[in-house]
Amino acid sequence: MHRRKFLSLLGGAGIASTLGTTKAKAASHAAFDGYPDAMGVLHDSSRCIGCRKCEEGCNTVNNFPKPEKKFDDLSVLDTKRRTNATAHTVVNKYNVAGLDHPIFRKQQCNHCMEPACASACFVKAFTKNPDGSVTYNGDVCVGCRYCMIACPFSVPTFEYEDPLDPLVQKCTMCHPLIKEGKLPGCVQACPKEALTFGKRSDLIEIARERIRKHPDRYVKKIYGEKEAGGTNWLYLAPVKHTELGQPVVGKKAAPELTAGALGAVPMVVGIWPVLLTGAYAISKRKEKIAAEDQKAAVAQAVSETQSAAEDKLKAAMEKAAKDKEASIARETKKAVANAEKEFEEKLAALQNPESEEVEESSKPEGDA
Amino acid sequence: MSNDQKKFWHAGNILTAIILAGGLVLTFLRFYKGIGAVTNLDDNNPWGLWIGFDLMCGVALAAGGYVTSASCYLFGMKHYHSAVRPAITTAFLGYFFVVVALLYDLGHPWRLPYPLVYSQGTTSLLFEVGLCVSLYVSVLFIEWSPAALEWLGMRKLRNLVIKLTLPLTIMGVVLSTMHQSSLGALFLIAPGKLHPLWYSSFMPVFFFISSMVAGTSMVIFEGTLAHKGLHHMMDDTHLKEAHGVAFGFAKAASFILAGYFFIKLFDITMDNDWKYLATGYGVIFLIEMFGFVLLPSFLYAIGVREKNLKIVRIASIFGVLGIVVNRFNVSMIAFNWQLPASERYFPSLMEIGISIFVVTLIITAYRFITTRMPVLFEHPEYKDAH
Ligand code: SF4
Ligand code: SF4
Ligand code: SF4
Repeated sequence: MHRRKFLSLLGGAGIASTLGTTKAKAASHAAFDGYPDAMGVLHDSSRCIGCRKCEEGCNTVNNFPKPEKKFDDLSVLDTKRRTNATAHTVVNKYNVAGLDHPIFRKQQCNHCMEPACASACFVKAFTKNPDGSVTYNGDVCVGCRYCMIACPFSVPTFEYEDPLDPLVQKCTMCHPLIKEGKLPGCVQACPKEALTFGKRSDLIEIARERIRKHPDRYVKKIYGEKEAGGTNWLYLAPVKHTELGQPVVGKKAAPELTAGALGAVPMVVGIWPVLLTGAYAISKRKEKIAAEDQKAAVAQAVSETQSAAEDKLKAAMEKAAKDKEASIARETKKAVANAEKEFEEKLAALQNPESEEVEESSKPEGDA
Repeated sequence: MSNDQKKFWHAGNILTAIILAGGLVLTFLRFYKGIGAVTNLDDNNPWGLWIGFDLMCGVALAAGGYVTSASCYLFGMKHYHSAVRPAITTAFLGYFFVVVALLYDLGHPWRLPYPLVYSQGTTSLLFEVGLCVSLYVSVLFIEWSPAALEWLGMRKLRNLVIKLTLPLTIMGVVLSTMHQSSLGALFLIAPGKLHPLWYSSFMPVFFFISSMVAGTSMVIFEGTLAHKGLHHMMDDTHLKEAHGVAFGFAKAASFILAGYFFIKLFDITMDNDWKYLATGYGVIFLIEMFGFVLLPSFLYAIGVREKNLKIVRIASIFGVLGIVVNRFNVSMIAFNWQLPASERYFPSLMEIGISIFVVTLIITAYRFITTRMPVLFEHPEYKDAH
């Protein structure tokens, strides 16, 4: 009974928590559209020649250790790579069926407008800055790596080898350089203008313009315009973006994915104790009723026994009384008989000469 | 003396000692050389066995605490009373060691309190998990403490704590509801990485419901183990009630599993994921659904109907394994399913070693407590009903 009730209550709470999305969204800042003047970078892979100059530029501005193979060694392009703790950006080569030349794509943090990494971090280590960049503060990071789970583009990396201060590492969009009015290291280093730095809104215009002017050169899509709620880095490509290893990412931003579950929290905190106290009260009341019934039964039993006992007692008393009466009668008889005997003896004595005491001793007998 | 030593160093304790010693070596390596030196984790696979097993399974399998105390104290199933203390003890140890195990996985373990006291990332579901788990460990500690206080003979404090039973139980259920479901909700943020057969907006509900299965199955399973090893520590009430507890929980688990199966079915239909069933992941999914949801549900039902404790106990093994299978699937096997095989994760021997070490710590602590404190029996001086 209880169990079933509990389950149906639970079902109600669960479904409500999942459907609670709309309400919770209004309460959170999920409708955030990014900063209007935010900057970004447009990568045009039809212009990219895979020279790895951007990698080198990034390495320099971030003071990373130089890699084993030099940046002009293009043989590294033969293996697929990803960013890591000392390489915030890498370029990969894609051989697409039907094309006589490879396509290159640069990857780094996309600087989402509503970053999943920031939304996932439980110590607010990430900040979405008004300039569009998403930066990270290693002083508060606990090293849980949930940001890495959350990022739809698998960008954040971790210093697994450092036992003391392992940090999350990712492209900063060269936030410090932008502040000084300079270009990001990679953009600065690109010899082919495959990278364009500018206001995100302008970049979208530029990209549209390029697609319009050269419909033969591009697929009709700006990757990053809608992905994950929109990113500040945008991509143009001559082939489908999935051919260049770019993941299919829904339009929903991270807060929209989790708002429902987060919105359920106050509900659970608010409603659960009430329901549970109710359940407790019901079970207590049941117990109480059961206890009362039991009490009543006991009382009745007691009163029944009591009256039975009373009857018995009465009977016993009556019997005792009767017995007593009988015994009194017996005693009286005996006493009378004794008295008579005495009397006769005394009478006999009276008939003898010394008879003075007889009167006195017979007096109480007469009174009784 | 030498006799005592002989008794102490039986095979079980020798094995325990070896594992504990090995664990200490691995602990040293982990903290001296870093996470990378002992694990197979990498930038694509930031969470491995320590999260998938130690945290995900640990928390679910410790759900016996809230399930048992809620049925006994809130839903008035007083005949489960003797099961409460063992369940609370396991839950407390389970959660405590979840936190211990987490320290191995965190890059900055000493900053674990940061989200609570220093910089609150309230948009994060992990924040909710952290908050609830830390509160719940404290609640469990208080709920468990009467056993220790009775053992120590601290009557006044013990009586005070006993008075708190009801609010603590309610808090326990609230906190459990929240973090059990939030563990599932953690993955809501990664729709592109988790296979569609497992990804669902209902994940919080699935995790919560399956945690109840984990809780009930674990109570039965542990009961079986304890009866084997700790029979002598149980009092008559415990022994008398144990069968009732097993059958009652078996019945509950059977219903919950059946319900779980149907909402999963409903979910697959709603998202129209049927096409995936014909793939390799579909096979894994079907094994999970039929072998570890429907099968234990049936076994439990049969065991209860035939009053056959053996079947119930076998079902509980499937129930417990089922939770492990599910949490492994969500956090490791179906996660990152689109990565090429060469970039997939498989735990290193040292990672497995640490997990075994942690489990051994839990068992050792459980044995220490149950052979001394009134957990499986009522303390003779505190018979006063609870
Ligand atoms: S791409 Fe990933 S790391 Fe970069 S801002 Fe977006 S979520 Fe964060
Ligand atoms: S690893 Fe650091 S930055 Fe990433 S979510 Fe955890 S605490 Fe935040
Ligand atoms: S913006 Fe800066 S940090 Fe990011 S890839 Fe370019 S150079 Fe590297």
